[in-house]
Amino acid sequence: MSAKKLGLKQRYALMTRGLDWETSYQPMDKVFPYDTFEGIKIKDWSAWEDPFRLTMDNYWKFQAEKERKLYAVLDSFAQNNGQTGLSDARYVNAIKLFLTGVSPLEYQAHRGFAHAGRHLRGVGPRIAAQMQSLDELRHAQTQIHTISHYNKFFDGFHEFRHMHDRVWYLSVPKSFFDDARSAGPFEYMVAIGFAFEYVLTNLLFVPFMSGAAYNGDLATVTFGFSAQSDESRHMKLGIEVIKFLLEQHPDNLPIVQKWVDKWFWRGHRVLGLVAMMMDYMLPKRVMSWKEAWEIYFTQAGGALFQDLERYGLRVPKYADIATAEAEHLSHQNWAIFYQYTHAAGFHTWMPKPDEMDWLSEKYPNTFDKYYRPRFEMWAEMEKKGERFYNMALPQLCTTCQIPMGYTEPGDPTTICFRTSQYKGDTYHFCSDGCKDIFDGEPEKYSQSWLPVHQIFQGNCGGATVPDVLDWYKLNVGADNMDYAGSPDEKIWKAWQDAKKSQGAARPEDADAMTAAE
Amino acid sequence: MTQYASITLQNTDDARPIIEAILADNTDVQVLNMPGAVKLDRDHRIVVNRASVEERIGRSWDPQELHLVLISMAGNVDEDDDYFALEWKK
Repeated sequence: MSAKKLGLKQRYALMTRGLDWETSYQPMDKVFPYDTFEGIKIKDWSAWEDPFRLTMDNYWKFQAEKERKLYAVLDSFAQNNGQTGLSDARYVNAIKLFLTGVSPLEYQAHRGFAHAGRHLRGVGPRIAAQMQSLDELRHAQTQIHTISHYNKFFDGFHEFRHMHDRVWYLSVPKSFFDDARSAGPFEYMVAIGFAFEYVLTNLLFVPFMSGAAYNGDLATVTFGFSAQSDESRHMKLGIEVIKFLLEQHPDNLPIVQKWVDKWFWRGHRVLGLVAMMMDYMLPKRVMSWKEAWEIYFTQAGGALFQDLERYGLRVPKYADIATAEAEHLSHQNWAIFYQYTHAAGFHTWMPKPDEMDWLSEKYPNTFDKYYRPRFEMWAEMEKKGERFYNMALPQLCTTCQIPMGYTEPGDPTTICFRTSQYKGDTYHFCSDGCKDIFDGEPEKYSQSWLPVHQIFQGNCGGATVPDVLDWYKLNVGADNMDYAGSPDEKIWKAWQDAKKSQGAARPEDADAMTAAE
Repeated sequence: MTQYASITLQNTDDARPIIEAILADNTDVQVLNMPGAVKLDRDHRIVVNRASVEERIGRSWDPQELHLVLISMAGNVDEDDDYFALEWKK
């Protein structure tokens, strides 16, 4: 008779515990130099509870299966010219923003978790951080691979990595991760594992990816949900970090609370890009940003913070402001990009009348009153050949690096300005949340690489807009400006015409037609 | 405020029997259908039972296979050979 199979809990304990040792040639404090300076006190590393009892053998098995499924879809999408079946080519611009703004963050997360894992002296969190590091690398690779298919047909994808490091609005997500990775290992785990993964990434990967499915992009929805299946594990790691730190020592509470407040607000600001993608860039919409915020922050976050009350942790500071901003965020962001379309690596447009009606329905308190009149005026100016471009370089918030276009809480007609003094200089902020973060660590944030300041200092290729765009490697006239009149629109229309005139035409035929013109 | 334990699964052939098992084994589940995804919410606790899934797919099933179709969740994980549960402790 074969030996009885061990239960999951026993198996897990045997394969993940007791694998560590105390160093003897070097003191432990020298081997792990970073896990004390943040002030976090750990009494018992073995008290770490793994949220999922996933062992390495199962991990490889499941990840391989996920990859096989994903690559089958990608092959099929490419072979069948899936790009011609999208709802509308405007959709592709959301994917441009994803590749330039989000995919490089996956790589940053890979590096960050590898580093944090190396520097935490307990074996439990080290294994969890190692698995997450591998997941994040997988996400970066699968996203780049999936989206490379669009690069064959559309503009704006070709220099995504280069653009991530240089383009003004991409400094918003980039600086977010630079900030987290230059913090200590515990702050990194709270920032990315808890505030970003647990509290906020659902907003990106669930309704937005569902939107990809709705708009005919089965390649993106497949990598999105494939990544999100790992994300569920990451979310649990994030909540475990919080519980572990709060159970270890009461002195940890104020430190953790400060990080939760800070990273909630940082994450909220970064996700403003997603708000705009959902409300303005998906030709067919699943739900509004406000509805998504209601489900994933107010409801899910509410349940979470109710659970964490027992440790004395409260809801992040300014959560009420963030919730009130859900009425305005996507509209204000889209207005910024519309004005600066000449300097963006994707196309913009004014919503069509039926899209404006959808926005009115979803935002009955704000859209018709504050945003529709402005957008209708801009659409009118476009018709007259007076399309509005903002040629002044905007003032940026020192913390989130977003142009100072947001309004005062409770007063959407007044721009919100805050300032702080540090070592004789004045620093500017878009909100109380961003000002508080600066005031907590002025030495760090006074060194921010702010794109507009860098342009004025002569560090971005030259003094004129064309010089800067060249330095961004932005292909002027193809990557930037409105969707109307773009090469993207031209190829899309050619495909649609070919479908009408030839029945089931192949896109190669449309290419030939376009080239023959 | 109600604390929903929640699980979101892909809307695929692999996930559908799991969704059916959840709906059969848990009372008062709220279902949100999105393109490509199904979100299931229940007050405080929601459970997936191995036996219930196996009955529907006609083969043995490891609750960790959930990882292949899982999109998101909310609640503390309670996991063993026979079930996978999410719960908020009262």
